[in-house]
Amino acid sequence: MSDNLVEVRGLKKWFPVQKGFIERLVTRERQFVHAVDGIDFQIRHGEVFGLAGESGSGKTTTGRLILRLVEPTEGSIVFDGVNLASLGDEEMRRLRQRMQVIFQDPFASLNPRMKIGDAIGHSLEIFKVATGEEKRQRVLDMMERVGLTPARFFYDKYPHQVSGGQRQRIVLARALMLHPDLVVADEPIAMADVSVRALLLDLMLQLKEEFNLTYLFITHDLATAKYICDRIAIMYLGLICEMGTLEQVYRHPQHPYTQALLAAVPVPDPHARRVKRLPKGEIPNPINPPPGCRFHPRCPHATAICSVEGPSLTEVEPGHLVACHTRFPA
Amino acid sequence: MSEPVVEIRHLNVDYPTRIGVVRAVDDVSLTIERGEVLGLVGESGCGKSTLGMALLRLLRPPGRIAGGQVFFNGRNLLELGEEEKRLLRGERISMVFQDPMTCLNPLQRVSDHLVETIRTHRPEVSKKEARAQAAELIDRLGIMTERLDDYPHQLSGGMRQRVMIGLALALNADLIIADEPTTSLDVIVEAQFLELLRELQQQFNLTILLITHNIGVVAELADRVAVMYAAKLVELGDVYPLFDAPLHPYTRGLLRSVPNIRLTDDDLEIMSGVPPDLYNPPPGCRFHPRCAQVMDRCRLEEPPFREVQPGRSVACWLY
Repeated sequence: MSDNLVEVRGLKKWFPVQKGFIERLVTRERQFVHAVDGIDFQIRHGEVFGLAGESGSGKTTTGRLILRLVEPTEGSIVFDGVNLASLGDEEMRRLRQRMQVIFQDPFASLNPRMKIGDAIGHSLEIFKVATGEEKRQRVLDMMERVGLTPARFFYDKYPHQVSGGQRQRIVLARALMLHPDLVVADEPIAMADVSVRALLLDLMLQLKEEFNLTYLFITHDLATAKYICDRIAIMYLGLICEMGTLEQVYRHPQHPYTQALLAAVPVPDPHARRVKRLPKGEIPNPINPPPGCRFHPRCPHATAICSVEGPSLTEVEPGHLVACHTRFPA
Repeated sequence: MSEPVVEIRHLNVDYPTRIGVVRAVDDVSLTIERGEVLGLVGESGCGKSTLGMALLRLLRPPGRIAGGQVFFNGRNLLELGEEEKRLLRGERISMVFQDPMTCLNPLQRVSDHLVETIRTHRPEVSKKEARAQAAELIDRLGIMTERLDDYPHQLSGGMRQRVMIGLALALNADLIIADEPTTSLDVIVEAQFLELLRELQQQFNLTILLITHNIGVVAELADRVAVMYAAKLVELGDVYPLFDAPLHPYTRGLLRSVPNIRLTDDDLEIMSGVPPDLYNPPPGCRFHPRCAQVMDRCRLEEPPFREVQPGRSVACWLY
């Protein structure tokens, strides 16, 4: 068995841009949003792999591609040795038992008319794993394990009757019912109250040990990623600009974008106030990304080559990859 | 010391609902001094935004002020007529919300917004002059003057938020209420915006009430910090001592439960439980069911909010 649970190679997803009627008459040229534009990475068994970036960086699309909720334009995804593209619908459906997803907004991902217990146990029925009393027992067990206690009390409640933190626990419990190998968590704590976030992160780590899980943790918040991830990839405009262990990326960031992102994170300590060196401007339009290195218009270290040639992701030390021509150690 | 811009005394705000009355702000007393940034922090539902809206007298019905007094530049806001209220809101108090797109008129250019604002409050200024002032203003905010005639949808989120600040500056408002001003922004844009806000605050001696759940944003910008929990003010103090040595167990838990990217030690303090239901708040101290240092007294008697050190107040029986 390979060390990698997921292998992503040359993955691309371009979304066609909807055009108005007149525009279609005037020009035949089709435009695309380059949401994910050729990325490679591996997720190892049992690790928490972080995918971080600002909005529009392609991190969420990457997560959806891995779950095959959207079809890739190019490239391959290998899940535990199986190329997902080669699977038919029924095979893919069965494989989905092994990959689950948690979204940011637990309220939007729960059916408001379904009792909590039924929602958690729904997958057992869909995949005909258990029904009736056995289903109920399994659901109650899982509810205890994610801290929805007393489980019997919560079983017959509806999502609107519980707090936001508890809703996220429901979503976690539901994701774990089929004992998946991979959980894609897309901003799982972004909507939770500040005081509940640490608790949820801790619960996720605990469940990971208990159920032997592998997480793909998608977030915009580098401080949270630091708390939970083992390795991390930083995305910018559809590409990975830096990837490595937490230590490598946080302590010795070499891509100017990573450095800027780290510097920009608000620090909950007034003594850390200082003038920051921040890049100018905002993320450009992903329909026409800048030529060369996509970060060059905002980069303080850009040289002539950066506007012409896109840097490839190269290994600068074992396990630490950087896509930058200049590479300024912080 | 000069008169505070805002003085809130024992303010109560109620939301009557079918199943009972929710007191969203409960007996809060607070002052905002001229030229300071007061950070008002708390979790969702603690009443911090309601407090901000109450200052503007903009509570959405059925929300209503059920008691207390709010003085703005020495005048009792709660006794003003509609017309006076309207003038005051635009002229003296300005608001910056989380989502700038919903605050800007999509059919008006940036220049229209600014020119109209300038001329409503100073009718003697000519259109041309107001336009020149608007151009100067957005240049100061780091937006290229070519964008003056853009519509809001053509601007990025960060630029829209800058325009909102521009409107506040155009009015020369005495108080800017900023409710989660950076929550919809990406992290680098957020940092840029906070830096701009700090510069402008110092340059123009702005008075800002910064309402946020983001502890990092408060640490970056606030001079003083007020912490709310379950409709109550639980702690108030200068930003440095409050962060260095939080007194209320809730403040301590809140500050320590936020991951800090600069620290190598990753042990977060994990607070148990969730904030209470305001239909039915717990008796005594509202934090007692979650408090690690709870005493018998906390379960029965509500701790008064009082000054325990100069400039430092807390509502807790430990002090």
